[in-house]
Amino acid sequence: MPPESENPLPSLAAANVVVVAGKGGVGKTTVTAVLARAASRAGRRVLVVELDGKPTLERLLPPREGEALSVVHLSAPDALEEYLNEHGFKRIAKRLNRTGVIDMIGTAAPGIDDVVVLGKIKQFERSDEWDLVVVDGPAAGHAVTFLTSASGLGRAVRGGPIKQQCDDVLGLLADPERCMALLVTLPETTPVNETIETAFALEDDVGIRLGPVVVNGVDAGVELPDATTVDRVLAESDLDARQRARLSEAATFRRSRRSMETEALERLSAGLPLEQVRIDALPVAGLDADDVDRLADALVVSGTAR
Amino acid sequence: MNGVEGVLTASDVVVCCGSGGVGKTTTAAVLGLRAARMGRRVVVVTIDPARRLADALGLADGLSSEPQRIELAETVDGGELWAMMLDTAATFDGLVRSHADDADQVERILANGFYRNIAGAMSGTQEYMAAETLHALHGDDRFDLVVVDTPPSRNALDFLDAPGVLSRFLDHRIFKLAMLPTKGGLKLLGSAAQPVFRAVGKVVGSDVLADSLAFFQAFSGMETGFRERADDVVELLRADRTNFVVVASPRHDTITEAVWFAEQLRAQGVGVAAAIINRVQPSFGDDTGDDTVAGAPANTVDGSPELAALWQNVAELQVVRDAELDALRPLVALTEPSPVARIPLLDRDVHDIDSLDVIGTHLFGA
Repeated sequence: MPPESENPLPSLAAANVVVVAGKGGVGKTTVTAVLARAASRAGRRVLVVELDGKPTLERLLPPREGEALSVVHLSAPDALEEYLNEHGFKRIAKRLNRTGVIDMIGTAAPGIDDVVVLGKIKQFERSDEWDLVVVDGPAAGHAVTFLTSASGLGRAVRGGPIKQQCDDVLGLLADPERCMALLVTLPETTPVNETIETAFALEDDVGIRLGPVVVNGVDAGVELPDATTVDRVLAESDLDARQRARLSEAATFRRSRRSMETEALERLSAGLPLEQVRIDALPVAGLDADDVDRLADALVVSGTAR
Repeated sequence: MNGVEGVLTASDVVVCCGSGGVGKTTTAAVLGLRAARMGRRVVVVTIDPARRLADALGLADGLSSEPQRIELAETVDGGELWAMMLDTAATFDGLVRSHADDADQVERILANGFYRNIAGAMSGTQEYMAAETLHALHGDDRFDLVVVDTPPSRNALDFLDAPGVLSRFLDHRIFKLAMLPTKGGLKLLGSAAQPVFRAVGKVVGSDVLADSLAFFQAFSGMETGFRERADDVVELLRADRTNFVVVASPRHDTITEAVWFAEQLRAQGVGVAAAIINRVQPSFGDDTGDDTVAGAPANTVDGSPELAALWQNVAELQVVRDAELDALRPLVALTEPSPVARIPLLDRDVHDIDSLDVIGTHLFGA
C-alpha cells in the first residue's frame, strides 16, 4: 500500500499532545524532531518534551527565524521531587533524599513519577503558550507502562492530590482531541511485530487515540533493474570480472533488503489498520539539524520525508 | 583463534551491554552458540527477547524461566547450549525464601503490596535479579559458561551496582526508623519519623503507607543475609573470568552511548573485553580497484541507464558504509587493543540456528 501523497502533517499533529512511541533504535527522536520542525514551519507554536536520557533534541532543533519551537527536558525523579516539595514536603525537603523518602514513595506507589511527568505535560497542554506539545516518549515496552501509570496508580490511591492528578491525566489521555500516540517503527520484521503488539496494548490498556504509524528509514535510493537485466547488462559491458562481481553483488544485496522491507510493510498493513507515513533513509550514520529541516520540508511536500 | 573467540575461552561469565535496539540479545545468542560449538556447556540468559529470537533458538513456545536445552546438530563433544529468560519477580521471591527465618515470614513478605512493587517495578530490580540469576547459574554444575544480556539501561554501572541497590535502600534512615521494633502502626513510631510518614500518607494514602510499614517490619532480620549475598554477586561481576562485551550499532548516537558505557566500565577497573558492532553496511566484491564508485568509467555508463543505476547503487551503499565506519571510530579507539568485531547488515532475517551461525561466521570466521 503506497503512502498517501497528500500532506500528512494534519493527521500526524491532530491533537494538542502527540506522544511519539517506539522501541529503542527505531528513530523515535528523529520522528519527534521532524514532526516538531514541520509543525513549527507551518506556523504552530511547538513545545518538544524530552524524557529521561541524554538531551539530543536541542541539537536537532536549533532556533530558526520566525518559528516558535522550544525543547524542554523532563526527568522523572526531578519531577517527583518537585511535586513532593509542592505538596507538604517543603518542611522536610532537605531530608528527602538523605532519608530515602523519595525512594520509598516511588516504590510504595509505582508509576507516581510517570504520573507526575504526565501531569506536567498536561500543564503545558493547558497553557496558552503552545499549540502543539510533542513528547519524545519512552521505549515501546515502557510506553505502555508510562501511559498506564495513571490508571494503575489511580486504583491504588483512593484520595488526595495524587488521585486528582491521576484523574486529570486520564482525562487527557482518553480525549482524542487533546492527545494521541504516534508509533514509530522500522521496515523490518521484528520492529513491525513489536509495533503491532504495542498498538494493541495501547488501545486495550490505555485507550489512547492512535495516529498514523511512522515507518522510519525506508530505502528510497536508486531504482534497480531486475536480476535478469543486471546479468545481461553486465555481460554486454566491457567491465572486468572484478567490477562485474562488485556491481552484481551490491545489486543482489539491495534487492534482498528491499524485498524484506516490502514484506515487513505488508505485514504492518495487514496487522494494523492505520495510515502509514514513511520517512526515507538518509545516507548518514546519524542526523543533524539540517537533515531534520530537509526531512520536515519533504514530509509536507510529498507525504514522504526524503 | 580470533579475538572474540579468545574472550569466550577466557570467560566463565560474559555480560553483553549496550543501549536498546542494537542487537544485544541476538549477540548473546551468537556468542553462546559459538561457545557451545567449541565444546562448552553454555546457558544464555535473556531479558526480554523478541519472539523471533526465541524461535531462532528453537524454542517454539517462547523462552521459559527455567533453562531449556537446545538441540544442536554439530557440536564438539560435550558442547551444550541452554537458554532461559529472566523472571525478575520469581527470582526475587526465591531470594526471600532462602533468607527468611520461617514460612510465616516468607508468606508475610510475599503477600505484601509494597514487596510486590519492589519485586516488579523498583528501578534497578531487573538488573539486580539478572546479576543474581547469573550468580546462581555460575554455581550450577550443568554449565561452565553463562552469557547474559543486560536490561536496556542508560548506564552500564546500573548492572554492576544493582546488587547494592537493595542494601542501600535498606540503609536509608527512614527504613531504620520504620523497622524499629513496634507492634505496628503509625502511632507507635518514634517522634522523629512521624512527620515524614504523615506527609507520605497524605500523598499516597494511608493504605499504601500501612503496606510499606508492614513490609519493613516483616523484612526485619533479613537485611544481613541479603547484603552478604549481594556482596557475593558483586564479587562475581568483578571476577577475572567475568568479561564485559559492549554491543553497538554503527550510528553516532549508539556509538556515543557505547563509548560512555566503556568509559564507565574502565573507570571501575572492569574494562571492555570486546566491542561488537552489528549491522554494518557491507562492502561488495573486491573494492580495491581504482574505480571510485561515484565516478565509474564514463564509457561503461554511456547509453546504458541500467549500468548507471548499478554504479549508482554501489555508490549509495558506499556512502552509508563510509559514514558508519567513521561513526564507530571513537569506540574502536577506546576498545583496542581488545578485539572489535563488525558484523555486516545481512540480507536475511535472523529466525533460526542457521542464521545465528551465519552471524557467527562473520563474527568468528568460518
